[in-house]
This record gives sequence, C-alpha cells and structure tokens, in this order.
Amino acid sequence: MMKRLLAGIFRVFLLISCKLITGVQARWLSPPTNRVRIYYANHSSHLDGIVLWSCFPANLRNTIHPVAAKDYWGKSRLKRFIAEDVFNSILITRKPRSQDNPLNVLENILSQYQSLILFPEGTRGSGEQIADFKCGLFYLAKQFPQIEMVPVYLSNLNRVLPKGSKLLVPIICYATFGEPIQPLNEGETKNSFLTRAKQALEELAP
Amino acid sequence: MIFTDHDLQLLLACIFGLLIFASIVGQIIAKVCRNDRNQKTIDNLNQRINAWWVMSVLLLIAILIGTIGTLILFVFISFFALRECITLTPTQLADHQALFWCFFIFLPIQYLLIGFNWYGLFAIFIPVFVFLFIATRIAINGNSIDFLGRVAKIQWSMMIAVYCISYIPALLLLNCGNDHSQNIKLIMFLVIVVQLSDVLQYVFGKLFGRHAIVPKLSPNKTVEGFIGGILSATLIGSLLWWITPFTFWQAGLISALLTLLGFCGGLCMSAIKRDRGVKDFGAIIDGHGGMMDRIDSLCFAAPVFFHIVRYFWY
Repeated sequence: MMKRLLAGIFRVFLLISCKLITGVQARWLSPPTNRVRIYYANHSSHLDGIVLWSCFPANLRNTIHPVAAKDYWGKSRLKRFIAEDVFNSILITRKPRSQDNPLNVLENILSQYQSLILFPEGTRGSGEQIADFKCGLFYLAKQFPQIEMVPVYLSNLNRVLPKGSKLLVPIICYATFGEPIQPLNEGETKNSFLTRAKQALEELAP
Repeated sequence: MIFTDHDLQLLLACIFGLLIFASIVGQIIAKVCRNDRNQKTIDNLNQRINAWWVMSVLLLIAILIGTIGTLILFVFISFFALRECITLTPTQLADHQALFWCFFIFLPIQYLLIGFNWYGLFAIFIPVFVFLFIATRIAINGNSIDFLGRVAKIQWSMMIAVYCISYIPALLLLNCGNDHSQNIKLIMFLVIVVQLSDVLQYVFGKLFGRHAIVPKLSPNKTVEGFIGGILSATLIGSLLWWITPFTFWQAGLISALLTLLGFCGGLCMSAIKRDRGVKDFGAIIDGHGGMMDRIDSLCFAAPVFFHIVRYFWY
C-alpha cells in the first residue's frame, strides 16, 4: 500500500520532469489503441523507455510495459523500484543461462493481453545509426503472429542524455509512431524479418 | 500595491476588457464567417486569443506574488526559449557539458543576480564570463570541428533566450521609488507596446497585406502590416504615457523605437527558422508556436528599453 502510493508520487514527479526536460512531442501515424501491440524503438539513452511510455494516454499506460535489462535496472533497490513499480517495466536478463529463456516472461505478459515496449538493438547506441536487431523480436513474431508490431522512432534523446554521460540537457524530443509492420510471412527467415523490421523503423527518421 | 495603485487598476481593467472584447469578436467571426477557405485562419485567431488569456493571467499572478513570482515566471520563459534554441541548433556530444552549465547553472544565476539587486554583475555576467566559459569548456573536450560555429550558436542562444529576456524582470532593479508599482508599470508598458505591435502587425498584415517586406525570410511580414502595426502601436504607446515617467511625446518616441526593435527581433528569428527549415521554434503555446516565437520581439526591445530608462530617468 505504502509502496504503491510512493510509486504513484514518483511517477507523477518523473513524468513532469520528463516533460520539462524533453517536452516530448508524439506524432501518431497510426493512432493509439488499446489493442495488444509490441512497440519497438531505437535505443540511445536511458530515458528512451520513460519518454516513449509517457507518450501514451494515461488510461493505456497501465497495460503497456517497457522491457528493460535486469543487469542495469535491477542493480540497486532504487533502480529496481523505478523500473518495476513506477513504470511497470519487465526486467529480463540479457545473457541468459541456457535453461531459462528470457522470452518466457514476455510471452507471459502478451498472453495476458498487455503490450510491450522493446528496444531490439539490445543496447544503447550513439544515436546516429540503428544497430542490427537481436533475434527476440523474431521469436515473439513467430509465437504471436496476430500481435501488431509498431515501429517508434525516437529523435534527440541521444542529445538529452547520451551514452556515457550523467548530465541531462533539456532538448525537445520527438517520438514518431509508425504503422504496424506486415506480420511474419509463412517461411520468412529470421534475417529477412529483422531487416524488414529495422527498415520500417529507419523510414520513420525525420 | 496593485490593490492601492489606481493607475495599475485602470490598466488591468483595460487589458482584460480588451481580452473580453477580442474573445467576443473572435466568437462572432467564428459563427458568422465560417467557410472552408478561412477556417484555418479563424481557428488560429481564436487559439491565439485564448493563449493571450493564459499569458496575461500568468503574468498577473506572477506580478501579484511579487519579485520572486516575476523572477520564477521569467526563469521558466528563458528555460523554454533556450530549450527551443538548442533543439534547433545541431549541437554535438562535445558540447554537452557546456550546455548543462548554461541550463542549470548560468540561467538561474542570471536571475538570482536580479533578485540580489546586483546590477553591476547582472549586466556583464553572460556577455563576459559565460561567453568565455562556453568557448573554454568546449575547447577542453578537444573537438575542433566547426569550433567557432558551435560556440557561437550556444552563445547566441544564451544571449537571446536568457540575457535579453532577463532584462524584462530587471526593470525591477531600477530605483524608482519606495514600492515597486512604478517598476511593474514599466514592465507592463514594455510588454504591452511590443506585443500589441506584434498583434497589430499581424492584423494589418492579414487585412491589407500585399507586399512582403523581406520575401526571402517571411511571407507573413508585409509592408502594409509593418506600417499599420508600428503606427498604431506607437499611438497606443503614447496614450499610455500616464503609467510611465515619460511625457506624451517621450512615450510616443520610445514606443516607436520599441516597435521597430521588436520588428528587428522578429526578423532575425525568422532568419534562424528559415535557415533551419522550420516554421515555428516549438509548439508550447497553442496558435503561436514556441516560446521563442512569442518573445522574439521582446528580446531586442527589452535591453534597449532598460538602458534608456536607466540612463535618462533613474
């Protein structure tokens, strides 16, 4: 009870700070919906997840979960609290031991009709180019062919909090939500699907 | 003090009377002249009027709170304006620390100096110390590509968004009597004349505008709008002489100068926007665009107004 109240206060505070620092402006090429979706975006800053999540209407936010790396966001109690309690994040291991598949957690969420925010590059880049996608997106597409995958291009976040910096600089950011990509074709290879998904994201770059 | 100063009460009554009048006219136009062709202009007009309500009420609340309220309001105005300027300029990773200092150290200090009544440092802090610091901090990072250009972009952003804008609340520094009501009236005079000149240039431009004044920069700034706006705003400025220490003719002369400076500010910001290929600096104020789009004319008028009043009157 106490924890939920604290999380609520934290959430309002962080959402206002996020608005003040990034003034994020969302452009919706496909309007927001409460359908189950996987939103995937380019990754250049620790703020990406928060900023993208803050673009959704308040009533949708409870059902949309950013996926974050356990080795970073699970490191301290405060980070874990911010990730899991404040922003409904799902923490997954980036280097799983052979038996536990990190995708099980995500599949679990999707089968409860909840949406995900994924950063398929797996790690933050410099913001200039999008790195090749990790294969998780492909396995989710295979497992849940009916779920729409929506590319979201984030601009300027690498200027607000670049990789390797601890200093924030206020700069207006943009999140462009594209149309859902074509579902996985029968017999489509992993590489061709991931390249196609990445291209759809790159096309949204201003 | 606002409650005891009759001039201020009368002035506020005029401002809010004008806003009510504008809202009624806006609604009538929206009802009577609605067709597909001018729908956009009418919607924009009513958005602008509503935004004027919000801005006037915010300024009134800030002034009612006193010096601290006024300073906080302008800290936020500078913050949003600086954020828009930096967003538009392609800064690099090596500028990151210098930018952090600008937003979170120098911007608050500039306004604290007004709060502490330290005119001597206020007037030179940004153009001397901050400018030298920005260049040094960027040089330390060792990236020399387009060094001069990058330094200049950040310096110019600090100049217009923080230094020039801080001259509006700096009018509170002037020593014009025991209470602050004369200082507040000077702020109101500056803001009213410059912003009304903007509005009137827009109105005259929309009604009679034929010939663009600098067609390469802005199709919306017309000779007709310029002349009509400047003349009418100057007339209104001189009719406001009773809230200032000026005579009728002095108020007219100063108003003419302020409106011309306001025009220069708008023109320079148009050049920046045109160069960067954008229509507005941002989207923070409905109908107007960004913060910088609204205060561009005040940037140039405020410092000159401050120094004229300080040199000749106080």
